[in-house]
Amino acid sequence: MALATSPPEAPAPPDRKTYSSDAAGLGRVRASVFAAPALLLIAVFLVFPALWVLYLSITNYRLSGVEARDPQVVGLDNFFNALVSGKFWNSTWLTVEFVLGSAVIGQVVLGFTIAWLMRDRTGPLKRLVEGLVILAWILPSAVVSFLWVALLDRDGGTLNLLLGIPGFAWLLDYPMLSIIVFNTWRGTAFSMMLYGAALGNVPPSHLESARLAGASGWQQLRDVVFPHIRGHILTNLLLISLWTFNDFTPFMLTAGGPDGKTEILAVYVYKEALIGGNLGVGAAISAIILLINLVVAVFYLRLLRRKS
Amino acid sequence: MRLRKISAVAVLALSAAACGQSSGGGGDTIELTITQNAIAGGKNAKGAEYIAKWVIPQFEAAQKAKGKDVKVKFIPSGVDDEQYKTKLSLDLKSGKGADVLDIDGIWMGEFAEAGYIKPLAEVAGPEAESWDGWSQIPEAVQGLATFSGKKYALPVGTDGRVLYFNKTLMTKAGLPADWQPKSWQEIIDAGTKLKAAGVPVPIQINAGTAMGEATSMQGVLPLLAGAGGEVQKDGKWTGAAQPLKDALGLYQKIYSQGLGDPKLQQEAKGRDKSFAQFAEGKIGILMEGDYFWRGVINPTDGVAKMADRDQTVGYAKIPAMEPGKGLRSQDFVSMSGGALRTLNPNSKHPKEAFELLAFTLSAEGLKEETKNGNVRITPRTDVNKEILAGDPLLAYISEEVLPLTAYRPPVALYPQVSTALQEATAAVVSGKTPDEAAAEYQKKLEGIAGGAGNIAS
Repeated sequence: MALATSPPEAPAPPDRKTYSSDAAGLGRVRASVFAAPALLLIAVFLVFPALWVLYLSITNYRLSGVEARDPQVVGLDNFFNALVSGKFWNSTWLTVEFVLGSAVIGQVVLGFTIAWLMRDRTGPLKRLVEGLVILAWILPSAVVSFLWVALLDRDGGTLNLLLGIPGFAWLLDYPMLSIIVFNTWRGTAFSMMLYGAALGNVPPSHLESARLAGASGWQQLRDVVFPHIRGHILTNLLLISLWTFNDFTPFMLTAGGPDGKTEILAVYVYKEALIGGNLGVGAAISAIILLINLVVAVFYLRLLRRKS
Repeated sequence: MRLRKISAVAVLALSAAACGQSSGGGGDTIELTITQNAIAGGKNAKGAEYIAKWVIPQFEAAQKAKGKDVKVKFIPSGVDDEQYKTKLSLDLKSGKGADVLDIDGIWMGEFAEAGYIKPLAEVAGPEAESWDGWSQIPEAVQGLATFSGKKYALPVGTDGRVLYFNKTLMTKAGLPADWQPKSWQEIIDAGTKLKAAGVPVPIQINAGTAMGEATSMQGVLPLLAGAGGEVQKDGKWTGAAQPLKDALGLYQKIYSQGLGDPKLQQEAKGRDKSFAQFAEGKIGILMEGDYFWRGVINPTDGVAKMADRDQTVGYAKIPAMEPGKGLRSQDFVSMSGGALRTLNPNSKHPKEAFELLAFTLSAEGLKEETKNGNVRITPRTDVNKEILAGDPLLAYISEEVLPLTAYRPPVALYPQVSTALQEATAAVVSGKTPDEAAAEYQKKLEGIAGGAGNIAS
């Protein structure tokens, strides 16, 4: 898209330049006035808190105790301590597992599969499937978590009753798998809808020609469908990776346990900052998470840019 | 980012909830709010009922008689103590919150150092020091509310820890119904017999971080005391010393021999589950505080009612590792704590708030609160004399357990040290040796206490 393909000597029409620099014809001052309220909101609710977190991250600020009244600047100690602590890396690794398992593999594969299977269908089955998938997505987190705790509970859980294995502790023996399956179930709707819309854009004539040429189902997918929806796949991956990376809902299933086996970064920050009261340390970890998010976003955006 | 949004929303919601006091409509109406981690139909339901049904109408009437128009509102809460603490800290940090609030005794140091609470005399004036109730409160219980020599709160009461056991299960396992172990080995022996008799969870001694402070108070601290140790002594924290290794060793014995259920220690709602399992007759021996008797298996309004509590549930003192090996060379040990009720320094009406605070802990009020089977150990000797006689367990704790109990160090760092202790028990339950877990604890302790110099090992 942004590739400079036009040769340098190509004549740029003179009127095009004025057109692009002041499209609305407002002039610099009036344009600034129009943009100011939005910029102010962004400054107050986004830029200032972000800077404030950076400031807190170099202090020993706590929720209570003497450091709450009189925090001291401790330099980069919080960052250093976080980066050398096994707990932070353990948490980061768990988050990577969670994102790969539930977003990149779970939601994308399941969402695409449903969209692919439903692409030419109409009628009640399609509406039912899509309705159920979307329902899982729009229910409030607290309700959904309660349902899943009731499903997976080891003593009176529905799943154990159905399988006839009372006492099997899903949330304790397979905590990561449980939250991955949970989050896949929870978030598939977005991928399904996005791929559903994208598949509608694949020209039927291309698929028809491929079929006439004797392409198998997999070959059609690989050579016709995927090239067409590559941009959608990357955009979808970018969004759901970032959402999942910062997701807090697993806390309501496992509270980060057992013994920290599902303490993904969002839960780690919550426990460190609000339960443990170490607001400074929490701010430092938040800043690191922000950096990781940026790296992930840049990675996908670069891939996206290579599209055309 | 999303997390920050969530917490910002939570802060907004909390402060909005706490804003009720400022809408002083008529001008001479005084509005007061009081909060506890208690809620009708849930946690500490009797306490919530006492405030809503007795304190508020009686106090408003008494003030009216004095010509003051006072309106009191109760803000209930029914969550884990750690979450309640976070909520209070955020309220107080932002200059909001109820006028009268209940806190756990061990939070006092942190809150005082943060300036969230102030000495009562500073907030409410000299009336707080000259309150007539002080003369009825024993020295040790007053100590619960004292920080750096100043009284920051009124004590709400105290408590003690014992070993509860299910007499039916004990009889089935061939153990006496008036069981009283004299050493840790006798606890293990009883557990082995219970296991042989088919009891699913022979012994439940709380471990792990999911149960929070309950692991410290009803787990590692009484065991530490039983091994002759203290978490802090003469201003120095105790590191990986022998008593801690012994206490962790008992955990190892219980959880590696299948005498306890290690999974119960990891579950997000493990403590609630342990309550339910004891009430269902699945747990043989359980270490708990008197709250368990009053608020959990209480046949009328406990959260896990046991209709036959008085017949089925027995209790025994917690033995030292071996006779005479406990703290202060005792044969038996326990741990005590207690809630505090204090004033919000931001209160717009501190004098009236103190009157409300003192009113909830008046002799008349405490008698009202503790009637109809809701007995607890109140801070007042005059009240205790009258009410405890009616409840065998509380009389037992007051006479047998409180004289040999111990208290947690009332310092700001304690909650962090407590978490490190809980992590040590979690490590042992999930398979590490006591020595390894104790060494890890010492390492964390050095980080918390600011260097090895503040630690004695």
